Amino acid sequence: MNVLVGLGGSDESIKTLRRTIERTQEVGDDLTVAVLDKPESPRSQDEMYDDTAKLLDDAGVDSEIVRLEGDPGSSLVDYAEQGEYDQLVIGGGTLSPMGKIQLGPITEFVLLNAPTTVKLVR
Amino acid sequence: MPETKMYPDEPAGSFPSPPTTVPDRDDREITLEAAGALSGDLLADVVEMYVRFDPADRAQGIPPTGEERIRSWLEGIGEESVNVVATHDGDVVGHAMLVPDIDDPDGEHEGIADPAGGEWELAIFVVQDYQRAGIGTMLLEHLLGRAIDLGIEWVWLTVERWNHPAIALYERVGFETTGSQSFEQEMAIRLEGDSNS
Repeated sequence: MNVLVGLGGSDESIKTLRRTIERTQEVGDDLTVAVLDKPESPRSQDEMYDDTAKLLDDAGVDSEIVRLEGDPGSSLVDYAEQGEYDQLVIGGGTLSPMGKIQLGPITEFVLLNAPTTVKLVR
Repeated sequence: MPETKMYPDEPAGSFPSPPTTVPDRDDREITLEAAGALSGDLLADVVEMYVRFDPADRAQGIPPTGEERIRSWLEGIGEESVNVVATHDGDVVGHAMLVPDIDDPDGEHEGIADPAGGEWELAIFVVQDYQRAGIGTMLLEHLLGRAIDLGIEWVWLTVERWNHPAIALYERVGFETTGSQSFEQEMAIRLEGDSNS
């Protein structure tokens, strides 16, 4: 399967990448990683790109990493539409202090606009 | 004013403090009492309430299902929480709580939350047989009364944006919508704390 994972720069993004790498290794998926332009993230796009490259390298997974500029949700969906992807993977939300699952506006945009199956990683 | 979320400019009015015993709309005598961290018999009674809670009324993943998961959820958020429980005939039938925002989401944080400066997330649950009897409103008002007693000023919540009855309830006591960019609508209230009286 051809899998595209979209990442911001949060701890949730790192978890999403780790889980996706594990899954890729288990089933032999082809993986492309898109690092999104999300200035409010704790990691800058460059830092996230470097962390991604290191995690992929450590796992011995050979994946293409792309940097997507502009609005994160829209740039990710555009990119998915241009490629032959079977599945789009994104983070599955953060937890509030109370333990409530919170999905952000990027998640909602991707769910409503993506042409492919979307997987939320918890 | 906290930096992470938006709050109304004007503080809301006053709210009653627990404890109290009042009849609900079905003439059941409901007792409302405040508690700090949930432990011992009270924790057991609140766990019991959530075990009876219909999973169809869960919101955003809480309450979890199964006694063990419910207990560990309440223990995990319980340490510094502010609670008001509604009981009828000795059973807990409703629970409202405030949980402080902490900077350290990994749970390493051990300090005491600062009531006045901190931001608090609110949630309320009423078991199905006791819904639509005014207990949610009582719980909400008394929890906010308790919060004012403790010097808490900034309270927020999220609610699924299609949950109109809940949104109407929150608006009635003075919550305003502060964000509705995604599935969950964020609402906030500013209480009349010492710092602005």
